[in-house]
Amino acid sequence: MRLLRSHRNEASLATLALVVLALGLFEVLQPGGRDVASLTGDVVTFNTLVRIGILTIVVVGLNVLMGYAGQVSLGQAAFYGLGAYVSGIFTTRAEVFGLPGGLEGAWWWPWLLMGVGMAFTGLFAYLVGRPILRLKGHYLAMATLGLGIMVYILFRENFGFRTSTVNLTGGFDGLFDIPRLRLGSWELWPITRYYFLVWLAALASIAVALNLVHSRVGRALRAIHGSEVAAEAMAVDTAEFKVRALVFSAMLASLAGSLYAHFQAAVSPGPFSFIGSLELVVMAAVGGLRNVWGAPLGVALILAIEEFLRAKGHELFAGIGSEAEPVVFGIILVLIMIFLPEGLTDGLRRLPRLWQRRSGTPAASSEVTS
Amino acid sequence: MSVDAEVQQFLRKRRPAHQARGQQIAWAGVTLALLAAILYLGSQKNFGPLQYAQLVLDGLRGGTIYALIALGFVTVFNVTGIINFAQGGFVMLGAMLAVTINDWGALAQWSPGPRLAAAVLAAVLATTLIGVLVERLTIYPARNAEPLTLIIITVGVYIVMQGVALIVWGTDAYSLPAFTTLAMRDRTFRLGTVIVKAQSFWIWGVTGVTMAVLYYFFEHTMWGRALRACSVNRLAARLMGIRPDRMSMLAFGLAAAMGAIGGIVLAPATRPVYDMGLSLGLKGFVAAIMGGLVNPPAAVVGGILLGIIENVGAGVTRAGIKDIFSFIILIWVLLFRPQGLFGRQQTVEKV
Amino acid sequence: MSALPGPLASTEGVETPPLLEVRGVSMVFGGLLALNNVHTRVLPGQIKAIIGPNGAGKTTLFNIVTGIYAPTQGEVFFKGEPIQGLKPHAIAARGITRTFQTIRLFHGMTALENVMVGLHRHTRAGFIHAALRLPLARHEERRMREQAMDLLDRVGLAHVAEEEATHLPFGVQRVLEVARALATRPDLLILDEPASGLNESEGRRLMALLREIRDEGTTILLVEHDMELVMELAEEILVLVYGTPIAEGPPAAIRRHPEVIAAYLGDEELFVEPSLGRRMQEA
Repeated sequence: MRLLRSHRNEASLATLALVVLALGLFEVLQPGGRDVASLTGDVVTFNTLVRIGILTIVVVGLNVLMGYAGQVSLGQAAFYGLGAYVSGIFTTRAEVFGLPGGLEGAWWWPWLLMGVGMAFTGLFAYLVGRPILRLKGHYLAMATLGLGIMVYILFRENFGFRTSTVNLTGGFDGLFDIPRLRLGSWELWPITRYYFLVWLAALASIAVALNLVHSRVGRALRAIHGSEVAAEAMAVDTAEFKVRALVFSAMLASLAGSLYAHFQAAVSPGPFSFIGSLELVVMAAVGGLRNVWGAPLGVALILAIEEFLRAKGHELFAGIGSEAEPVVFGIILVLIMIFLPEGLTDGLRRLPRLWQRRSGTPAASSEVTS
Repeated sequence: MSVDAEVQQFLRKRRPAHQARGQQIAWAGVTLALLAAILYLGSQKNFGPLQYAQLVLDGLRGGTIYALIALGFVTVFNVTGIINFAQGGFVMLGAMLAVTINDWGALAQWSPGPRLAAAVLAAVLATTLIGVLVERLTIYPARNAEPLTLIIITVGVYIVMQGVALIVWGTDAYSLPAFTTLAMRDRTFRLGTVIVKAQSFWIWGVTGVTMAVLYYFFEHTMWGRALRACSVNRLAARLMGIRPDRMSMLAFGLAAAMGAIGGIVLAPATRPVYDMGLSLGLKGFVAAIMGGLVNPPAAVVGGILLGIIENVGAGVTRAGIKDIFSFIILIWVLLFRPQGLFGRQQTVEKV
Repeated sequence: MSALPGPLASTEGVETPPLLEVRGVSMVFGGLLALNNVHTRVLPGQIKAIIGPNGAGKTTLFNIVTGIYAPTQGEVFFKGEPIQGLKPHAIAARGITRTFQTIRLFHGMTALENVMVGLHRHTRAGFIHAALRLPLARHEERRMREQAMDLLDRVGLAHVAEEEATHLPFGVQRVLEVARALATRPDLLILDEPASGLNESEGRRLMALLREIRDEGTTILLVEHDMELVMELAEEILVLVYGTPIAEGPPAAIRRHPEVIAAYLGDEELFVEPSLGRRMQEA
């Protein structure tokens, strides 16, 4: 049975899986005493690879939502945060909700919460998506932006409760001591174990998204992107498909959020702010929105740039150090958007053709002159 | 009955008429309920009329700044169709540049008054120039891109501005002397327990003058009229010999100037920081949306309303959730009044 | 009671229930009357045309029938059931589909994929089936691909199946849009100026195709400016002027109808070459 529709995507997925496996084994075995970080001169660490995996899951969902269904979300970090906080809150203070304290010790409890988080976030996305997705273009962008900031404020402000009476989110400081994941008594930690779990989820989400976009559902979403009126004339329930695409992306974001919470063993509101949402959009756009493979590519590139600037920034920009990071980041972003508005995947795809055109130009012009 | 009579009849009893009445009732109901909620929450904190007056006055001050920023959004959107996220960056740059120039050693022997005036003027001019540069370097090369691409570009520009500000000014909060006293301590006026800083009057006054100048510019000057023509119909404007890309540049310059003015007059009342632009820009944007995004006077009213609502809302609840009110308003307006609080219902989209 | 001209002889006394019936539909846009008490019916198996000068409300009527607008007043019945006010996709699911005056193919998708969207109505696989590639999704996918290919083959576009739809020549795009609409297997196919922008031979081919489609049992309702084509193709014509129906009947009768001649046919230019300004407004 074929897992995916296209051989090329299957091959790409297999390649990515092999790379993931190779890097993981490298870190485990440490041949010649070298670890993964040493491969890039301590710029891209093993920790970064795990974060790339986690964010890939979020950005894959965003890619389907924005690139295929054509619905902008500038508040995706809210869904990411909901997953993280559901996991964080219920694994550290289940008793606030009157749940028996023993649950927090059960190995299956965090796994169940991952599912609960996805269901809850999906439901939330459905409820807010129904009205909000009636909006288009700029207006949709702004509504999702507002929504994202509201959710962020609720996290930061402990849902409006005084932390002294009911402490849910820990306010600014967030939650600590979130347990690692376990299978029975086998802990998915140290990081080398967790890495494989995260990337398993990331590869699965890529496979699922590839299946989706090359199906009846994916075509309906792309049709909506092309022309809602025409899609409706083809009996596509555009309102429903749009909101389901949002739910899909929100559930992936929630899954990633849960994985993030157990990875950091702590959750604070910072990553789920407006800037967090923007970074997600930037990753998706830089990778290329009309291609699922843009997600891992964009996430890896942006995180690599960030890590590089953090590690080497002070050498490149004497005396300035890591403060140069946002500037360089912003400039790269603007340049990519001006010169490769369809993202890197599109740029790579066009590379052979550009090459042809360049080598073909003299011939064409000589034809004209003769 | 003839067809004409039939048509006449339902022209008269068309739905919008009684829909409008129903809407009015709903509006009145919602407003009353909100007022009741505010009064209830306020009574929990033993607020009297004076406390409310204070909240409204402070909100009015913030709202005036939002109005100025909103005008920048509206100007750029009208002419180019772009939502310029970098608008908040102009506000920050204006304030920071004014502080820096005012503290500049070369001007140390000037007397405080002219020095401050020179600093303000130079900061506005410099920010305007930066606005024009931003348009030339980032918007112009991508002028045919999709809206999302342009949004991301302006976001990138904002990130660069804030990043540069971080390098130049660090994370410290700075201060600009109050315009009245030319010192850090501002004069205050007291009406009972209600306190108004003199700087507030500067904010209102300068904003008022700026709007008057803008009005004159748009109504009575050639460039202003050309800008307006561009916002009505870009193609027609081009046919009339107006170059839309020049207008785009002009719009960004104007927006930057407005943002800078807002940041500068606000600076003595708050304390400018490198990342102040984000939240101010977003609020200005909400104000512009409240005004329907294309209507300058409505954006001004939207800004003032927003300032008052969020300040009163935060006052009766908690300061920490102040920002949430603007975003509740944002989503509410987008969903129920996408044409703005004062705009007329749009006609059906043509297919 | 009504000032409406009665239906002309041919439709009178026909017993078959109409496939589509428009009853007293009026549409007001911001005080402007776009349609004024329009009554008309389309019988099963008919090719019916609506003609009229620009601004006559033809497209508006289409938009009401396909659910894009809800009429200000009046009712629309399809297969005997009221459909006015239903969402467009719900109406499409009942068997009405359409093409557009300005072609609306889905960009970023191949010709084949465009037609496959048309098959949406006859397939069921949702998000879960599709994401996990469950058997239902796989079977449907294979079937959709075959059927879409067959359809393309039939309209003579098999050779462009893998080309991006919006990059095809204009005339090809028109035909592709018809193929996409046909994929929904509609009972009523609504065509908004299908021949506009086509050259003589493309127009001929389209006409032949439309006849074939009709012969296979699909009812066709179209708006068209090409009078020659309309007169040759349509079995019945409704004439709208400023939103008001002024005549209805077979082509021969319409050609002789004094009001039509007075209001419309006498001024050939009016509908053969619509003014530039009008065009721009509509685009």
